[in-house]
Amino acid sequence: MRICLLALSLTGALLLGGCTEGVLDPKGPIAFAELQILINATGIMLAIVIPVVIATLGVAFWFRASNDHARYRPDFVYSGRLEMLVWSIPLMTILLTGTVAWIGAYDLDPPKPIASSTRPIKVQAISLDWKWLFIYPELGVASVNHLTIPVGTPVSFELTSSGVMNSFFVPQLAGQIYTMAGMVTRLNLRADYAGTYRGLSANFSGDGFADMHFNVDAMPSERFAQWVSSTSSAGLVLDSKSYADLAKPSAAVTPFTYHSVAPGLFDTIRTTSMQSDAALCRSYPTSMRAEQ
Amino acid sequence: MTLLGKLDWSAVPFDQPIIMGTVGVMIVVIGSILSWVTLKGYVPYLWREWITSVDHKRIGVMYIVLALVMLLRGFADGIMMRTQQAVAVGGAQGYLPPEHFDQIFSAHGTIMIFFVAMPFVIGLMNFVVPLQLGVRDVAFPTLNSISFWLTASGVLLTNMSLAIGEFAKTGWFAYPPLSELQFSPGVGVDYYLWSLQISGIGTLLSGVNFVTTILKMRAPGMSYLRMPVFCWTALASNLLIVAAFPVLTALFAMLLLDRYLGFHFFTVDAGGNVMMYVNLFWIWGHPEVYILVLPAFGVYSEVAATFSGKSLFGYRSMVLATMAICVLSYTVWLHHFFTMGASASVNAFFGITSMIIGVPTGVKVFNWLFTMYGGRIRFTVPVLWTIGFMVTFVFGGLTGVLLALPAVDWQVHNSVFLVAHFHHVIIPGVLFGAIAGYNYWFPKAFGFKLDERWGKAAFWCWFVGFHLAFMPLYVTGLMGMPRRLQHSDVLAWQPWLLVAEVGAIVIFAGIICQIVQIVVSIRHRAQLRDTTGDPWNGRTLEWSTASPPPAWNFAVLPRVDGLDAFWTHKQRVLAKQELPVQQHAYRPIEVPKNSPVGFVTAFFTVVTGFALIWHIWWMAGFGVLGAAVTLLAFMFRTKDEVEIPADEVALFDRAHPVEVSL
Repeated sequence: MRICLLALSLTGALLLGGCTEGVLDPKGPIAFAELQILINATGIMLAIVIPVVIATLGVAFWFRASNDHARYRPDFVYSGRLEMLVWSIPLMTILLTGTVAWIGAYDLDPPKPIASSTRPIKVQAISLDWKWLFIYPELGVASVNHLTIPVGTPVSFELTSSGVMNSFFVPQLAGQIYTMAGMVTRLNLRADYAGTYRGLSANFSGDGFADMHFNVDAMPSERFAQWVSSTSSAGLVLDSKSYADLAKPSAAVTPFTYHSVAPGLFDTIRTTSMQSDAALCRSYPTSMRAEQ
Repeated sequence: MTLLGKLDWSAVPFDQPIIMGTVGVMIVVIGSILSWVTLKGYVPYLWREWITSVDHKRIGVMYIVLALVMLLRGFADGIMMRTQQAVAVGGAQGYLPPEHFDQIFSAHGTIMIFFVAMPFVIGLMNFVVPLQLGVRDVAFPTLNSISFWLTASGVLLTNMSLAIGEFAKTGWFAYPPLSELQFSPGVGVDYYLWSLQISGIGTLLSGVNFVTTILKMRAPGMSYLRMPVFCWTALASNLLIVAAFPVLTALFAMLLLDRYLGFHFFTVDAGGNVMMYVNLFWIWGHPEVYILVLPAFGVYSEVAATFSGKSLFGYRSMVLATMAICVLSYTVWLHHFFTMGASASVNAFFGITSMIIGVPTGVKVFNWLFTMYGGRIRFTVPVLWTIGFMVTFVFGGLTGVLLALPAVDWQVHNSVFLVAHFHHVIIPGVLFGAIAGYNYWFPKAFGFKLDERWGKAAFWCWFVGFHLAFMPLYVTGLMGMPRRLQHSDVLAWQPWLLVAEVGAIVIFAGIICQIVQIVVSIRHRAQLRDTTGDPWNGRTLEWSTASPPPAWNFAVLPRVDGLDAFWTHKQRVLAKQELPVQQHAYRPIEVPKNSPVGFVTAFFTVVTGFALIWHIWWMAGFGVLGAAVTLLAFMFRTKDEVEIPADEVALFDRAHPVEVSL
């Protein structure tokens, strides 16, 4: 009984999700497709799970020791047909959900570009202790703890970390991806509606983690162009020196912008955090890498 | 100060009232227990009968006591986290600063997995497996004692971190680079690593012990397909331990080398790679889930069959499903990091393998259902936990399949949705099973049943509390709430978090009921006494001996000629309408001799671990030397068994006849 209530409340929560922010209120094609998969798979499985729960409670109740009407069948301990059925029901379910998994993993693969007539805008995201730095390499501007994107234009992210691993996540626009020092991960998303969406780090990264969230402002292209021009007209300069200042641990940083960015800074950040192979060979001349 | 390495008075957090209060209470409680034991003169008894005991039943009981005590600690951490998250919303910072909150969630995970769930299932296996196999002990009894005491060392070290120093602030899987020296310079991660290294060795030795026992020591006539299902699940679980724990040990050894000797396995610089850690951690971590849950499945199988008055439905199918899970559990680990940027093919492959493992699990649920079908179900406490498990676990499985879909996982990974999911499988899956087993085998261990009323009250509190505590987390997870959040600014989450807090309080009521259950049962043990050895009308061999069983378990090793050996025997007696005449030719029985080696070794490993954590090198050397000398001395023993004379065996056996009510 309680379980039915529970199932109801779970589905209720899904429905109720329509009016809450987060995964259940997607604002772009990727998040929307991911939600579809979630709902479809839940539906497929509820079709099995709910009857099983009802059957369990029904059987347990009917075959209670005090029920004289129930037939005691101590020899009912094997049935080839039932075993067949018992193995095939979960197998069939898995065939269905497995297909969903396969298609979803390919279609929504984070590095896969979003098909679009407009050219994607590039953003390089770096997780720092404990804030986010977003560089727009083609526009020459950058912002901290705030991401501004145009509506309807795909955004193509390259992500890395200054040190500790984090996870870049804007639930209403796309799934998350880890940021790791010395490595680049990729993510594509698009916002189809103007609005302010919550972004965050989903992977625990230390004491300042709780404040490592930011707002994503999705705005019409004209307003975005205005934002770019106003940003590039005034503010700070992001170069290796100011980056070093920024990289020092700090939490709950109020968003601000940089009006110009040193070219190639993202790659410098990625490689200095890890050191190139050449640097490695210099410091460890007898390593196997040097021998090659 | 170099004499004591990094240790000085600043290691004790005098400025933290919450910690100092807890430590104070702990000192008072432990101190009063110790002085009570000493004043009452129980010390020689404890030393003789428990601490140095190599009897698998005693060791099993000690494992479970350890698990229950640690459950209190782990739960205290849990409810503190829930309270913090429920109040620290908006501008509020709550009552736990980040550096304390971070230790609490790390300790909660570590303790619940390694020091509650593991000892609980290993304790049950210790107690039950040799009895069900119809043998007198495990293959290596002294090793078994060493395993237990090494686990206890890990527990002690972890708890010492509360008063001296700090615990890890990295989460229970201690991902680098956060857990590297550069980002975690304190001793917290070292406490984590050394505790788990020491207890991990204990677990590995246990695994070897049980695999050997099950493969090599079974009663005459007990072929593999006549073994009770619990023994099968224990075999699968221990095979997994033997294969998985060395990975964890090697992995932690690498991280220790990074932290102590400047290696670069997982560091940010010099070619270290965090992905290798994540990969290796979950190659251990996912099988670990099945190490825990398979024995619990075994308990459910025993409980369902016994209390339905039927054999387990589809026994061979169940064995096949168990072994399928055992093998498949090694093919799914990558679903813990779909978000790390692997290719679509890799993600899709591991998504599907993760779902495939749901098939044998689903088969098990159906077979339990058919076991109950046509039965005469007695709604005892273990049955309540079993049915509660069945109806809850399928939903946990559902959300598990959702997380196995890479496209969904990207949206809910690292969120409290994930937290809700794994509590949804581990609490009903493992903990309900462990508590069912504890209620089921308690009369066998102590000779009296546990009180039913308080047991049922505990079940209902846990069942309701569990749903109240974790269903809201699914919702907030879908609303985008990540796990491990010390405070948040989203007001919409707060109502759900408050409901979760209420759930935690209801679970606490369940725990209180369990404590009352023990107290009430001990006080009423005369009425609850089981004189027959078979209080539940059982089916397997553990019920064919006295409760509690003698040190030698069986006066004469039982002969097995089918499944449900004891049940078949009882049916034969009933059919003949006469009790078999007891005319055994009793022989003297050799039982393993008590040995303090486990306890003494554990003392030295605690010293070693503590010394390594604080960089007190001379003390570490002393600890290693002490442990080595202890083990060497043990190896040169001349006598390791005690003979119980035939008369004594006969006397006990005649005084405890197995009763079959006609």
